[in-house]
Amino acid sequence: MSTVQTSMPAQAAAAGEPSLWSRLSGNRNWAAFWFMLPTAAFLILFLAYPLGLGVWMSFTDERIGRAGAFVGIENYQWLWDDSIFWLSVFNTLFYTLIASAIKFAIGLYLALLLNRHMPFKAIIRSIVLIPFIVPTVLSAIAFWWIYDSQFSIISWSLIKLGLIHSNINFLGDTEWARASVIFANVWRGVPFVAITLLAGLQTVSPSLYEAATLDGATSWQRFRFITYPLLTPIIAVVMTFSVLFTFTDFQLIWALTRGGPVNATHLMATLSYQRGIISGRLGEGAAIATAMIPFLVAAIAISWFGMQRRKWQQGSNND
Amino acid sequence: MTDSTLQSKAAATAAGDDTEGMSYLESLPRRLVTLYLPLFLILVVLLFPFYWMVLTSIKPDEQLIDMEKFNPFWVVHPTFKHISKLLFETQYPRWLWNTMYVAVGATFLSIVASVLSAYAITRLRFKGAEAVGVLIFFAYLVPPSILFIPLASVIQAYGLFDSPLSLILVYPTLLIPFSTWLLMGYFKTIPYELEECALIDGATRWQILVKIIVPLAVPGLISAFIFSFTLCWNEFIYALTFLQSTPNKTVPVAIVNEFVDGDIYKWGSLMAGALVGSLPLVILYAFFVEHYVSAMTGAVKE
Repeated sequence: MSTVQTSMPAQAAAAGEPSLWSRLSGNRNWAAFWFMLPTAAFLILFLAYPLGLGVWMSFTDERIGRAGAFVGIENYQWLWDDSIFWLSVFNTLFYTLIASAIKFAIGLYLALLLNRHMPFKAIIRSIVLIPFIVPTVLSAIAFWWIYDSQFSIISWSLIKLGLIHSNINFLGDTEWARASVIFANVWRGVPFVAITLLAGLQTVSPSLYEAATLDGATSWQRFRFITYPLLTPIIAVVMTFSVLFTFTDFQLIWALTRGGPVNATHLMATLSYQRGIISGRLGEGAAIATAMIPFLVAAIAISWFGMQRRKWQQGSNND
Repeated sequence: MTDSTLQSKAAATAAGDDTEGMSYLESLPRRLVTLYLPLFLILVVLLFPFYWMVLTSIKPDEQLIDMEKFNPFWVVHPTFKHISKLLFETQYPRWLWNTMYVAVGATFLSIVASVLSAYAITRLRFKGAEAVGVLIFFAYLVPPSILFIPLASVIQAYGLFDSPLSLILVYPTLLIPFSTWLLMGYFKTIPYELEECALIDGATRWQILVKIIVPLAVPGLISAFIFSFTLCWNEFIYALTFLQSTPNKTVPVAIVNEFVDGDIYKWGSLMAGALVGSLPLVILYAFFVEHYVSAMTGAVKE
C-alpha cells in the first residue's frame, strides 16, 4: 500500500502526509475528487469562468488595453438599434436552417446509399469522410480558389458548356455569396451526417426489411415505417450537433468572405470577432456572443425534450 | 470468418456487412441508376476540391491564369516550384511545427485528464457522478465562438498571450468533454469482476486504473487520440485570436493571414500550403479509419 506510483499530481500534493493520503484514498469520494481534479481545473478555468466573464463583459464598455466600467445594458441597447447586428442574426438563422436541412437530406440519402451492398464498400466509406478530416480553413481556401471571380473553374466550365456568358462573381455578389458559403458548409458537413447515420442504419436488423418485403411493402414504406422510426433518436442527436456547429460557425466564413460583401454573410460569430477583436470593443463583441446563448439553449432544449418525450412514449430508454 | 462462434455470426448479421441481404432482388441496370450513379456524383463533388488543390499546387503560374490555351482540368509540365517555395522561402515548416506541438500537447493533456475523470465517473460512483457526467456533456455543447473574447482577456491576464502554450491549455476544454464521454463508454464495457479480483489482491485504485483498465481500453484511447488530434489541427478561432506574431502561428491561421496579398500568382503556393497542411491528417486517418469512425459515432450514440 505504501509504494504507490507517484506520477499523479494529486499524490505529489499529498506526499508529505502519508497518513492523510491513505486516509483520503480509502474514501471513495475523496479518491473521486482527486481523479476529477485535472478535468475540473481545465473546464472551470477555461470554460465555466470565461463563460461567466463573457456575460459580465457584455455589460461593460471594456476595450482592448483598457479595463471596462459597468454600463448596464447599453451594449444591448446599442445592438438593438444596429441594423448590421440584426442582419447578422438573420444571416445566422438563414445559414443554419438552409445548410442543416440540406445536410440532413443529402446526408441521409448518402447513408442509405452507403448502407447497400456493393464492391469496395469499406474504401468508399472511408473516402466519404475525407472532407470532414481536412481542416475547415484549408478546404475553405480551396473553395476560395474555386469561387475566384476571374479564374473560377465553375464559371469556366459553365461558359464552355454555353450556359452562361460571363464569369459568376461568386463571393462578390450578395445572393451568390450566401449560396456559396452554404454550399461549402454543406460540402463539409454531409460526411459527418452520413457516416453517423450510417452507423445507426447498421444497427437495424435486415430481417425487419425481409419481413416487410414479404408482406408486400414498397421501398418507400420500408423507409417510412422501419428505417425512419428506428433512426429517429440518432437523427435527433446528429442534427442537434450539426445545428449547433453551423450556428456558431466562424472559420469557414472568415476564410471565404470575412462577412462580406456588404455584410451579407456576416454571422453572429464573425460580427462578434470583427467588433470585439479587430475594432477592439470587447464589451460589444461579448454582447453579440452572449446574444447567441439563448438560441443555443433553445436548440438544445428542443432536442432534449423531444428525446425525453420519445423515451416516455416508448416506456423505456432507447439508447 | 472461419471461427464459427456465435458472436461473430451475430455481429455479421447485425452489421449486415457480409450478407448479401436482399440485393439479389435488384437488376443491374436498376442498381446502376439508383445506387452507382448518385454515389459516383456525390463522390466526385466531395473529392473535387482536393483534386483541384493538388492540381493547382503543381501547376506552373502561366497555366494557372491562362485558361484558354491550356485545359484547366489538367496540367502539362508539372512543377514543384510552389511547394519548394513554400517550404524554403516561407516560415511554413515553423507553422507546421507549431501546429504539431500544440496538437500533441493538448491531446496528451486531455487524454490523461479524460482517463481519470471517465474512470471516476463510471467506476468510483461518487456522490453526484451522474450530474458531473451530464455537466461534462453540456461542456461539449459550449462553442468556442462565444468564449474567445473573454478567454482572450483570461489569457492576457495569465501572461500567455501570443504563446502556443495558451492553446495547449485552452484546447483541452474542447477535447476533454468529448474524450471523457467516449472513454466512459469503453470503461462501462469492462467487467466489474476484473476490478474486484484486483481489489481483493490488494491493488489500489490507481494500480487498477493503470494496470487493468487502461490496457483494456486501448482502442478507445486510440480513437480519442485521433479525434482530438484532428480537432486541434482544425481549430481556428482561438489560434487566430491568441497568436499575433508570424512565427508563432498555426497552419490554418498562417494560411489565411500570411499568404493573402494582392499577388495574382499567390494561388499555387496557397494551394500547396493547404495541401501540405492537410496531408498529415489524411495519412493519420488512412491508418486509423476504423478508430476514427468509432470515435465519431461512439460519441454521438452515447
